[in-house]
Amino acid sequence: MSQVGWLLMISYPANHPPKNGLALVGKLLIKSLMEYAAETMTDEQIASLVIEPDTSPDTAAVKVRCAGAWIVQGIAPIEQRLEVISGLAEKDLVIDGTAITALDTSGAWLLHRVIDEMKQRGRNVTINGLRPEFGALMQLIASCTVAQKPPSAPEPGWLARLGQHSWQAMLGVSGMLAFVGECALALLRSLIQPRRIRWRPILHNLQTAGFEALPITGLLSFLMGVVISYQGADQLQRFGANIFIVDLVGLSMLRELSPLLTAIIVAGRSGSAYAAQIGTMKVTEEIDALRTIGIGPIELLVLPKMLALIIALPLLTLYADVTGVFGGMLMASSKLDVSFSVFIDRLGDAVSLSSFLTGIGKAPVFAVIIALVGCYQGFQASGSADSVGRQTTVSVVQSIFLVILADALFSVVFNWLEI
Amino acid sequence: MSAVIDIRNLNTRFGENVVHDNVSLTVQPGEIFALVGGSGCGKSTMLRTIIQLLQPTSGSIRVFGREAVGLSDEEALPLRRRWGVMFERSALFGSLTVTENVSMVLREHTRLSARLIDEVAALKIALTGLPPDAGSKYPSELSGGMRKRAALARAIALDPELLFLDEPTAGLDPLSASGIDELVRSLRDALGLTIMMVTHDLDLLWRAADRVAVLGEGHILGVGTMEELSQSDHRVIREYFYGPRGRAAQEQAWKKK
Repeated sequence: MSQVGWLLMISYPANHPPKNGLALVGKLLIKSLMEYAAETMTDEQIASLVIEPDTSPDTAAVKVRCAGAWIVQGIAPIEQRLEVISGLAEKDLVIDGTAITALDTSGAWLLHRVIDEMKQRGRNVTINGLRPEFGALMQLIASCTVAQKPPSAPEPGWLARLGQHSWQAMLGVSGMLAFVGECALALLRSLIQPRRIRWRPILHNLQTAGFEALPITGLLSFLMGVVISYQGADQLQRFGANIFIVDLVGLSMLRELSPLLTAIIVAGRSGSAYAAQIGTMKVTEEIDALRTIGIGPIELLVLPKMLALIIALPLLTLYADVTGVFGGMLMASSKLDVSFSVFIDRLGDAVSLSSFLTGIGKAPVFAVIIALVGCYQGFQASGSADSVGRQTTVSVVQSIFLVILADALFSVVFNWLEI
Repeated sequence: MSAVIDIRNLNTRFGENVVHDNVSLTVQPGEIFALVGGSGCGKSTMLRTIIQLLQPTSGSIRVFGREAVGLSDEEALPLRRRWGVMFERSALFGSLTVTENVSMVLREHTRLSARLIDEVAALKIALTGLPPDAGSKYPSELSGGMRKRAALARAIALDPELLFLDEPTAGLDPLSASGIDELVRSLRDALGLTIMMVTHDLDLLWRAADRVAVLGEGHILGVGTMEELSQSDHRVIREYFYGPRGRAAQEQAWKKK
């Protein structure tokens, strides 16, 4: 078949009929191109079907002449024409297959389907002139019990769907709680017997989740400092309160933004990696292998990640504090003429120790949330690569959501405690 | 009739490691050709080279009379459409049901109506001996043997002229494995396929293979029917066929005849 023909077959599947006028024009154009493509094929390659004109109304049989290659690539036009024959239900059918040059299972199935339909309506069908090997194929097809498409189950109503979703959510929450409990127990066991703590994976995780995250965390925090300073500068200049840029940048970065920003970056970087790693291990039965060897998967896979993150995230937050304030400082000196030395002098007064500590203190909590959610979602993966991807997405969304939720709760609690 | 696969002077190297050293092979139309050899001797590499997943270092591979080495993906498409491949670990798409796995191939490459595609997919599933209800299941819900059959159903979706099977019986129980033996033969007889398979399974070799090539040390150590090879006095071939398992499989095969 010509190149054009192949191209069209691929680019325009016939089972998606166009809906609007423009598409219809497109369809006609493509159809004529298809016909052109069909014409460029040799006769031998095209499957064809000729319904012989009914000369005498007395004969009770329709004669059909089949020719060409009845193969999967060429039978699409035939399919529609065969529907016509099915319409002539009141007559018997005589099929002449002498000129069929090639027949594959798809072509044979099409022929078989028509014959079967006619027979079910009580008509006689005879096939003449089929080559013996094609006849054998037809018999093979007829002997197969082919599954009928099962009737699809009725869609559940909105109430049932709501119930299902709520139930799933409940199960998710209780599963998460059970997982948190398991991890807490494993942590306790490790604390009682410190030699059970696995230091090598902890160090490895410190490297990958902590040290390797330094560039991106630093850069984003620096930019955040620049942006805040830039936004605040205009407002403060209006009141001549240039020096308060230090309070604005210092407090917002140290108390809120750098812990939150760092946690979100780490959730995206490391939380997703945890979910993907554990999910893949689950799918390839490595988790089961660990259990049979007698190593608790939580002890080996979850605790080191969590402990490493508890150490790394506060340090990363501190680093983000520094770069963020530095970014604000640069902007303040260029836009508000607040020099570095003045800025740093003022910083000590503007930001109290408790403000700094509340910022850093949130980080371990965020670390626990990120590690637990990532690992839990990894353990929820089952069966296929598809589910690993899904759980990884869920882990990132959930851990960022929970981090922000926890941050809001912290704000409320600190407000009560008047820190 | 010219050979379906014609390999001339194939060399494959990974760095210093020589996998194939001037290997030549032909596969004739309508035969079941098996490639055997110890683990790591480059059988699967050979298969992957023929189906264009790997590029050889040098040499020529002609499939259906067309040079297959060095083709771009686009140029290889017409060839790829004429062969089907069943991978060792099935490689079914886990997010699709068995029917969808088969019908996606048809949807991608033909213009058939949705109804006909579903029916043809169901037919292929039935041809491979799967029960009718298997079509609506996901690969993870199937047993190993059923997964192999489903993979075979996908491989024959487009009625290929040439079928590649990578370890069709690996990891199957003897009953499922002998089911696959018969399936391979019956598919060849019914659909006139040419089959090239890579296998370790001596039973499968005795029962299904028309011709066998033994690969070892980067060379073809011997080609012929199983009877011919079992007469061979090459050391590696003798070890391969006259180990304890080899003898048992041979006795089985004689009993069958």
